[in-house]
Amino acid sequence: MGYEPVIGIETHVELTTNSKMFCGCPADFGAPPNTNTCPVCLGLPGALPVVNGTAVEYAMIIGLGLNCEVAPRSIFARKNYFYPDMPKNYQISQYDQPLCVNGHLDVETGAGTHRIGITRVHMEEDTGKSTHVGEGGRIQAASHSLIDFNRAGVPLMEIVSEPDIRSAEQARAFVTELRAAVLRLGVSDAKLEEGSMRFDGNISLRLEGSEAFGTKVEVKNMNSIRSLQRALEYEIERQTALLEAGEPVVQETRHWDEEAGTTSGMRSKEEAFDYRYFPEPDLVPVAVDHQWRARVADSLPELPAQARGRYIEMGLDGPVATVISRDIEYGSVFEAAVAAGGDPQTVANWLTGEVTALVRRTDLSLAAGPIDGASLAELSAMVSDGRLSASAAKDVLAGVAAGEGPPAAVAEQRDLIQVSDTAALEPVVDEVLAANTDAIQKLRDGDDKVIGFLIGQVMRATGGKADPGAVTELIRSKAG
Amino acid sequence: MSDLADLTLAAAAGGLRSGDLSAVELLEAVHRRAAMTEANLHAYLTLDREGAARAAVGADAGFKRGADLGPLQGIPVALKDNMVTRGLETTCSSKILAGYLPPYDGTATTRLRAGGAVILGKTNLDEFAMGSSTENSAYGTSRNPWDPDRVPGGSSGGSAAAVAAGSAMVAFGSDTGGSIRQPAALCGIVGMKPTYGLVSRYGLIAFASSLDQIGPLARSVEDAVAALEVVGGYDPADSTSYPGAVPDYRSGLESGVSGLRIGVVTELNGAGIEPAVQAAVNRTLDQLENAGATIVQLSLPSVEYALSAYYLIAPAECSANLARFDGVRYGLRRLGENVEEMMSNTRAEGFGPEVTRRILLGTYALSAGYYDAFYGQAQRVRTLIIRDFQAAYEQADVLVSPTSPTTAFPIGARTDDPLSMYMSDVCTIPSNLSGDPAISVPVGLDDAGLPIGFQVMAPALGEPVMFRVAAEVERLAAFGVRAPLASSEVG
Repeated sequence: MGYEPVIGIETHVELTTNSKMFCGCPADFGAPPNTNTCPVCLGLPGALPVVNGTAVEYAMIIGLGLNCEVAPRSIFARKNYFYPDMPKNYQISQYDQPLCVNGHLDVETGAGTHRIGITRVHMEEDTGKSTHVGEGGRIQAASHSLIDFNRAGVPLMEIVSEPDIRSAEQARAFVTELRAAVLRLGVSDAKLEEGSMRFDGNISLRLEGSEAFGTKVEVKNMNSIRSLQRALEYEIERQTALLEAGEPVVQETRHWDEEAGTTSGMRSKEEAFDYRYFPEPDLVPVAVDHQWRARVADSLPELPAQARGRYIEMGLDGPVATVISRDIEYGSVFEAAVAAGGDPQTVANWLTGEVTALVRRTDLSLAAGPIDGASLAELSAMVSDGRLSASAAKDVLAGVAAGEGPPAAVAEQRDLIQVSDTAALEPVVDEVLAANTDAIQKLRDGDDKVIGFLIGQVMRATGGKADPGAVTELIRSKAG
Repeated sequence: MSDLADLTLAAAAGGLRSGDLSAVELLEAVHRRAAMTEANLHAYLTLDREGAARAAVGADAGFKRGADLGPLQGIPVALKDNMVTRGLETTCSSKILAGYLPPYDGTATTRLRAGGAVILGKTNLDEFAMGSSTENSAYGTSRNPWDPDRVPGGSSGGSAAAVAAGSAMVAFGSDTGGSIRQPAALCGIVGMKPTYGLVSRYGLIAFASSLDQIGPLARSVEDAVAALEVVGGYDPADSTSYPGAVPDYRSGLESGVSGLRIGVVTELNGAGIEPAVQAAVNRTLDQLENAGATIVQLSLPSVEYALSAYYLIAPAECSANLARFDGVRYGLRRLGENVEEMMSNTRAEGFGPEVTRRILLGTYALSAGYYDAFYGQAQRVRTLIIRDFQAAYEQADVLVSPTSPTTAFPIGARTDDPLSMYMSDVCTIPSNLSGDPAISVPVGLDDAGLPIGFQVMAPALGEPVMFRVAAEVERLAAFGVRAPLASSEVG
């Protein structure tokens, strides 16, 4: 019998509020070290936290976007542990009474739709950032360490999923969908490389068909969605091998090594921290009344899943609709193009095909770049009325992306406009037919395959600009 | 002419406004007094002579311009050394903060400066306000102006000794379990703990956040009112701050107690109280009754558990509050082989034995598996105490008890027995747990000539009635005597 993975994901998201969670310091990334600090976020003696109302609202937006209930009263706690980049040596975090509970997120994979439960969404503060100098950047061997407290106190959300995920592939789809939702909701830039979105995985295996949970391992240090998937795949393999060999899985926290592609033990259950949580006495409970909740709920933007449904109704196929709905830039360009008269499927195909390739190849920013809804709509119209061939359209797109101008101008400049005018094509067709009398005879004898050869000759003679449809019609009428 | 250092705040404020005296003269008188008494008392850790002189000159200039910044303008004020002061060493009487210069002023300090107060310096305390005698200070014990062989009480013992001795006209302290009221009682002055949230804690180095409250130590109830008016009121920097301004306390000060119901708490009177202390309290109760008050006997059964609950909640909170003193960013640093060892070495050397004991107690009380039995249970007791107080305040306008079960005890008498030291606060701790205001007023001396404090407790934001009763107690007791070391003749 096989083993079934049971996976839950904890996701940390830094919020894009102007100021920090408990003080007025700027929460932005990239300022010179220790310039965005004050007595509160430095944990100086005597300083006190005050909750940032905007951060509460952002957390509520995420919670409502993930179909959670919002608690009318939630509280903060102190999570106690010593670490040099945590100024107070406790983190103010919600614990047993979080802001949002009992939500879910629907996730698409090739195998269908999966509903992943969201246990809770809670607020906390980020830590500072240590730089360990010497010996490969690890604290154990460093000659000294530098600490930047700019990040200390930046609002963090922790989103905890239920253990509803059953494969590494589903886990990848979950975090992809979650990231898309967070971006759509506009509360975080969710940049994995800058650490403004990070995740830990909890994974255990159990015999297929079993209801009981196996021994859980927590995996940390995955810096990308791909490494999350790889780490979970590695753990499934490792734990399967242990179980098959009759050995126990040890409950522990394991560290993912991106280069080695393996996990290794960090802390066993016995070494786990006792965080000694207790209610934060410096803060009063967070009260969310009905009006506040209703105002936030009413102003929620459309979520990826909703957009996907709408795109499918507009005629897109599922996979393309998924891709476009998950990216807020694609979504807005797509919608603008369709609004300007572009054909939905054609525009969507370009976005997920050519445009994606261009973006990857040329570092093109869709938001700032010249490819917008209007240009895609224009291009779509040129294809449907025969002025451009499908392949020429891709060239035009590259020209537009390169800043050569709007599609019509690019097509003109690059000399890509199709010739479909019969009067212009007729002399060329006549010439080709005169030079290929054998082929005409074959065609007349019913060998229809030969028409492709004749069309090709005309295309060659026109440098590829002839409209194949118009050419076909001309050949048939002349041969017939 | 009497020494200016012995004036009440009210009298000095009057003189400053009439032009009979200047803030500079007042400061000089207080400095002269400090020069005479400090060698004996050690009330201060830091005297900021330059800063005080600048503030006094500024206050006088203000008076000349006709600018009136309120009742503390030009008044020499002392601050307990757990209130952060920008650029002025703030140690909490701990080695771990030796030399620490805060980069900011706490809210109370900011309001004092804005109100023209002349900040004299920083007074001694039990390390991190943990203690009842100042014997836990890393920088030496303060002494009682009534008898230098005895403690001034604590933890705000330096503030109490300074006010009693005339080396400050008024002082501020913090009260977590009685740390303003008990030393005020032992030094024969008025000490008051406001309703939790009335005075901002921003800039008060935390001992136990849910219990700490800044309040005044003064030579009269009226002086305490004036001091509270300046520092009290809403502060957006403290989430637990009460919205709104400080109400009018003065209008009731002359109203007397006629028609008021005064509740005597059975559990805080009688058993465990020194006979001389109880006798003075009973005498005051008779006087209050004669003045028209109705005396009612009340029981607060849960108060029996207040001390136990306090010694779980306060250490638990302190174990987290004091975690930040790790040698990484400020204060003492003792190096080690790695960062954990550095933190451990720093804390082991930086904290004294009582602070270490409470951090350990609190860490244990919050540990997995013990939380419910200790911290959780203590919080449930706290809820019961709050309910008992609420019920009692339906039958009485204020509650009364001795402030301290004993008068000032000899230095060293309780240092080897933490539990007997903890008992010093048995009457004061309940109001911290309930978050209610309470005040100690001197009402007499025992046979050894040591002062006795009478405590008046009131419901949350009940300062007006509390001050009203306290003012009457003050009039009836006609205490009037000054500490022997406060006399300008003593050298």
